[in-house]
Amino acid sequence: MQTLTIGKALNLGLRKAMEDDGKVVLMGEDIGKLGGVFRITDGLQKDFGEARVVDTPLAEAGILGTAVGLAMRGYRPVCEIQFDGFVFPAYNQIVTQVAKIHARSRGKLPMPIVIRIPFGGGIGAVEHHSESPEAYFAHTAGLKVVAVSTPADAYWGIQQAIAAPDPVVFFEPKRRYWEKGEVDTDGTPDPLFGSRVVRGGDDVTVLAYGPMVKTALQAADAAAEEGRSLEVVDLRTLSPLDLDPVYESVRRTGRCVVVHEAPVTLGLGAEIAARVTEHCFHSLEAPVLRVGGYDTPYPPSKMEEDYLPDLDRVLDAVDRAMGF
Amino acid sequence: MTALQQKTTEVVDPVPGAGAPHLPDQPDLVQLLTPEGERVEHPDYRLDISDDELRGLYRDLALVRRWDAEATALQRQGELGIWASLLGQEAAQVGAGRALVDGDMAFPTYREHGVAWTRGVDPLHVMSLFRGVDQGGWDPVARSFNLYTVVIGAQTLHATGYAMGLQRDGAENAALAFLGDGATSQGEVNEAMIWAATFAAPVVFFCQNNQYAISVPIERQSRVPLYQRAAGFGFPGVRVDGNDVLAVLAVTRAALAAAREGSGPTFIEAFTYRMGAHTTSDDPTRYRLAGELEEWKLRDPIARLKAHLSRTGIAGPEFFAAVDVEGDELAARIRKGTLEMPDPAGTEMFDHVFAEQTPELAQQRAEFVEYHASFEGN
Repeated sequence: MQTLTIGKALNLGLRKAMEDDGKVVLMGEDIGKLGGVFRITDGLQKDFGEARVVDTPLAEAGILGTAVGLAMRGYRPVCEIQFDGFVFPAYNQIVTQVAKIHARSRGKLPMPIVIRIPFGGGIGAVEHHSESPEAYFAHTAGLKVVAVSTPADAYWGIQQAIAAPDPVVFFEPKRRYWEKGEVDTDGTPDPLFGSRVVRGGDDVTVLAYGPMVKTALQAADAAAEEGRSLEVVDLRTLSPLDLDPVYESVRRTGRCVVVHEAPVTLGLGAEIAARVTEHCFHSLEAPVLRVGGYDTPYPPSKMEEDYLPDLDRVLDAVDRAMGF
Repeated sequence: MTALQQKTTEVVDPVPGAGAPHLPDQPDLVQLLTPEGERVEHPDYRLDISDDELRGLYRDLALVRRWDAEATALQRQGELGIWASLLGQEAAQVGAGRALVDGDMAFPTYREHGVAWTRGVDPLHVMSLFRGVDQGGWDPVARSFNLYTVVIGAQTLHATGYAMGLQRDGAENAALAFLGDGATSQGEVNEAMIWAATFAAPVVFFCQNNQYAISVPIERQSRVPLYQRAAGFGFPGVRVDGNDVLAVLAVTRAALAAAREGSGPTFIEAFTYRMGAHTTSDDPTRYRLAGELEEWKLRDPIARLKAHLSRTGIAGPEFFAAVDVEGDELAARIRKGTLEMPDPAGTEMFDHVFAEQTPELAQQRAEFVEYHASFEGN
């Protein structure tokens, strides 16, 4: 058992994946000599060489497009998008090619590509450095989408994503990169595409993923002081969704709140609300409520605390759910 | 005429040589066979080719054109949803395709039926795409011919990445990326050329400049001849007569050889003309003059090889008649195969989205089956 930050856990997970499979190639801007702007790939180029940890030209479509070609040649590219808001130049390749080539070729051309994206706000950054674009990718058939929230999931999840035979968009909670947790590197990981109940409770089921899991757990602590018992589920996988544990939970609690940083309109919460309503209709005591970003461009950093869901906004939604 | 327009005309002749079948204003144009079928030499591109190979190239060109004509007819009869004709571009495609060797990988657009032919792809596996049965029925790995890519230029990056894989594998092979004149305006194509240059990737960019991106002429894409763009990326650019199968073969062979030897990419501009419409949905009379087509007919890629073979006695009437018969047989096979092509089962759309099916999709598939089963027996 080791205590690791999420960032270091990702670094060790990438190292392990590269040791296990010589076909794993990391590609991205500033990931080699510099070790990435968040140092997630620190030291890897030194140990694995420039052919396996590629400092690419500054061209995101190029990163994803050449990754497709490398995958066709039997490689397993792991692409780093430096910041969430910079994924869009690569969006065409991801949506029209990465997501569709397996189906287009009827399985003849697998696309085992991992797209690592540090996402979310809370770091006081300038425009395009704090976004949550996960719904775009979850909406695209042919992609799998996950978001990790703990060092253990970061360590194991990145290895599982790399080993997966399909393209995986791997969201990393950038503002939690420095948070520590226990990682049992000899243990057996949970499946990548599964949700997890991270705190038991009876009154309201709170769903979150990525950076919002910690916020949801803080809300649960605060609610407990007021005698309210929140069950918190870390969704972990956004596409496919694994909602059976959620349905089970909601059938007990009768109330469900979904939390994410992304704007609420047509976000993951909308899909989850629809499904929970369909599956738990007769158990619901209140409509499924969503807590998320507003339908505004991500604001300048002096306003981001107003934009981002926090403990109080989660508790406010819990109150409203209880008040129905 | 304004000063700006005058300058544009000086820099780029919209159709260099238009009105003159010999394209005389292009000193850099590599040509080994004149439009009249006269064999000429080029100091940089020698081509040692046997009579059998010459007859083989003619056969390729003629059969591909016959296939194309049959496909156009089938579309007109409602048997294909659409067809992208290669009429006029046979030499560019066959010449490039025949330059490939085992282990090389080609990355086509959606018009490279001639290259598909040279790679041994069954024409019916192309027809199935345009009929709407699948997205291309051939095995891209077995045929070393990627599936058609419809998003303009996206495949140039795939070819470049594949070439980087060849490099890592120590394979003495190259990737051949096809693109059109319009594609050179795409950001991804420019990124591909930057990557290829930066990593000295063994990839050749083969641009068929057929003068039009649907309706938009080349001067809306570029103020310099396309082959000159390569210099800005740091690798050689060559303009070849795209209607001269021998020159295309020689130039592409040389570029692929250089790539395989580690000399990095080459950009080839095959100067040609789309004699038909962009696709069967298009009407070229709205944007180009009939006279232009007439001029290009004088540079027809098949007529010139036929003239050469006849004049030199390498092939005679019997050979040409036999190829015609073979073409008609091929067309009949394509027609029959297309008409008899079974429609796919609706469940197929669920089956290859992922290598590892998700529970969600498996459930949607089950619901689809159940829904359709509910009508049976009613």
